[in-house]
Amino acid sequence: MTQPDNFGFGEEAALLKSSARKFFTDRFPTSTLHALVAGDHRPERASECQWDPGMWQELVELGWTMLAVPESAGGVGLPAVAVAGLAEELGRAAFPCPLLGTINASYVLATCGAEAAPALAEIAEGRSASLAITNSVGSWSPGDTDVSCRDGVLNGTAWYVQDARKAARLLVSAQTETGLGLYWVATDAPGVSVQADTIVDLTRDQAHVCFDNVQATRVAANGLAALGQAMPAIWTVLAADMVGAAEWQLQTTVEYVGTRRQFDRPLGFFQAVKHPLVNVMLQIDQAKSLVYNAACAIDTDPARAAQYAHMAKAAASEAAAFAADRSVQLHGGIGFTWECFVHLYFKRQKHSQLLWGDAAWHRARLADIVIGPTTAGV
Amino acid sequence: MSDSASKDTPEQAEFRLYCRDWLAANRPPDPTVRLPLSALEIMTTGQLDYLQAWQKAAYDAGLVGCDYPRSVGGGGRKDCQRVANEEMLTARTPYFPNIIGLGMAAPTVFYHAGEELKQRLLPRLFSGEDIWCQGFSEPGAGSDLASVQTFAERRGEKWVINGHKVWTSLAHFAEWMILLLRTDKSQKYDGLSYFVVPIRAALGKGVTVRPLIKITGETGFNEVIFDNLEVDDGYRLDELGKGWQVAMTTLLHERGAGELQTPRAGGLKSKGSHATTAHNLIEFARTARRDGKPAADDALLRDRIMQQLICETALTQNQRRSRVPALLDHPMRLPLQNKLLASEISQHTAALALEVAGASASLYLGDDNAPAGGQWNLAHMNSYGMTIAAGTSEVQRNILGERVLGLAKSK
Repeated sequence: MTQPDNFGFGEEAALLKSSARKFFTDRFPTSTLHALVAGDHRPERASECQWDPGMWQELVELGWTMLAVPESAGGVGLPAVAVAGLAEELGRAAFPCPLLGTINASYVLATCGAEAAPALAEIAEGRSASLAITNSVGSWSPGDTDVSCRDGVLNGTAWYVQDARKAARLLVSAQTETGLGLYWVATDAPGVSVQADTIVDLTRDQAHVCFDNVQATRVAANGLAALGQAMPAIWTVLAADMVGAAEWQLQTTVEYVGTRRQFDRPLGFFQAVKHPLVNVMLQIDQAKSLVYNAACAIDTDPARAAQYAHMAKAAASEAAAFAADRSVQLHGGIGFTWECFVHLYFKRQKHSQLLWGDAAWHRARLADIVIGPTTAGV
Repeated sequence: MSDSASKDTPEQAEFRLYCRDWLAANRPPDPTVRLPLSALEIMTTGQLDYLQAWQKAAYDAGLVGCDYPRSVGGGGRKDCQRVANEEMLTARTPYFPNIIGLGMAAPTVFYHAGEELKQRLLPRLFSGEDIWCQGFSEPGAGSDLASVQTFAERRGEKWVINGHKVWTSLAHFAEWMILLLRTDKSQKYDGLSYFVVPIRAALGKGVTVRPLIKITGETGFNEVIFDNLEVDDGYRLDELGKGWQVAMTTLLHERGAGELQTPRAGGLKSKGSHATTAHNLIEFARTARRDGKPAADDALLRDRIMQQLICETALTQNQRRSRVPALLDHPMRLPLQNKLLASEISQHTAALALEVAGASASLYLGDDNAPAGGQWNLAHMNSYGMTIAAGTSEVQRNILGERVLGLAKSK
């Protein structure tokens, strides 16, 4: 199958991306983010869930939370390249909200068939969601879960649930007698208890969620197939967020080394500063090109989607880690402080780097696809 | 939703079909000689004759110089060279031998020479009948190109040139040279001027070309010595003292970031030649052994091979994204990365292949047991030509840092 030259990134996608850029630039400058999430610096603080639900509601009204819900299910049904463009701008603003989780749930539900229609309708009505599909050791393999389900009743704990305290619904994977099932649960349903994790990243919240005899609606009997089909989009959208955040790190550091002077020169004059920043740019651009390539494959060439999404998330993980590393180092002493904004993105990127699989994890799976499994076995 | 960037204009669509038909009927026979990896390594007249015949045929068919005006021997088309290039690469043709002429001299002459000179030089350049070379670098002027010392002294309507140019690829076959030199010793940048010089006609009469032997043992590039060479003022491009600005046109096109698309063909697999790609590395790793198992089973090697595959794919996707304005924050950001990335990626791929080869990486071209005929070693050593020539990787990083990121200039 041939892909369009322009990734299928048309006028509608371009308009969405530029609107999102303007919305976040106007309404959510980094000073606002810092004031919102960095009030308490104490390392032993309990994690708070600091966000702006009013602004989130504006995102809902703009339709951005239902972009990945198919039109047939009442959503907007934009192609993945357009969703990636929005995610890139979200990452650039590091806006705390359950948008990625909601998009992720949309992608999984969209593969599930009729059973999932009511859940998709809830997202189309503006409900937020998050994936609860990870076990206690943080396995990124879809299908590894510590939750089980019998007769529509969930028991067990889902770990590393992103933005759990902001989300209204959870998409839970659970072992059943016949395999892996997917279930749709309200976060305030009886028997659900959201136990906040204390995390480094100030721009997100995370929790483990305990299910104690929770009545749940099944949305897919073959959860493994649904997750397998949706994971490339989930990796790609997160990679887009990381590319946007890395671009913020690059531009912010470039601005700083243009102003800060030592040895009678701006820091950016020195090649020990200039060249690493160029290397950050090179990595961002490679990751960005791979993100839109993967998104385009999700839209037009599904057989290659997993392969390209592995590349995108691997490259984005490396770029995010490197941009984070250089942004702090090249800010020098001020970069080591709580008052300098770079720590917010440093922490977000270090979190994103490992979320849904780090670079080495994705490269190992990519190798299994393009080289084939090792002949000797594991 | 608009999808215009993915569609040919009517002119491009018609031209694409024409190219496809012509190539189907006129793709040249496979060569009987081994062709080097690129035109810059052409060593023998046998290689050159084959490649020149191909370029002439492609030019006569209208596949070379498509976007230049008809008045200077071009095709008079709009944005069609890209189409011809895509079709030639798809058809796996030989490459063009006049690589410096097409990629650097032609756009420079086009933008900076008078009409008469353009009409005289460009048709034979496009056809490959005149091979061109580039006289920029000197023993004392590498990355700091503006410090060239080759000097032209005015005598009436003539200039008398003395100096020493190095790393001059194709000079041993070239009719013409683009030459950056100094006409004023009191000013660094504004003391430079730019000439086209008929060097073949002057061999033994003020011009000496001597081969330089490369790290690989191959020849292919040269040093060129000017000893009181007389040149007409009519061979000067643009104004006196504007040599640096003219050289920027050359360099921008050399790095693939210029206005005019360079005619580019290639893809022909010559016997014994070998592309430095992740795909070839994977195939090699399946056959190489490590601890009694295929090297392709080794987890650490798999990871590193995937890193190369990812970079290589990203480079292709960068080129694709560079044509989607909505996904670009700065118009030169991707074009200026191209040469830097391409050269470093292939260097790392070749270096990794030598690790995969294990002990057999010690064997070179002349050894029957050398993996891939010793081509990985050759590619690895030759890759330094790419990371050093046309602005070293270090200079490329300066350019990107200064022009794209806006960081303070190093000079």
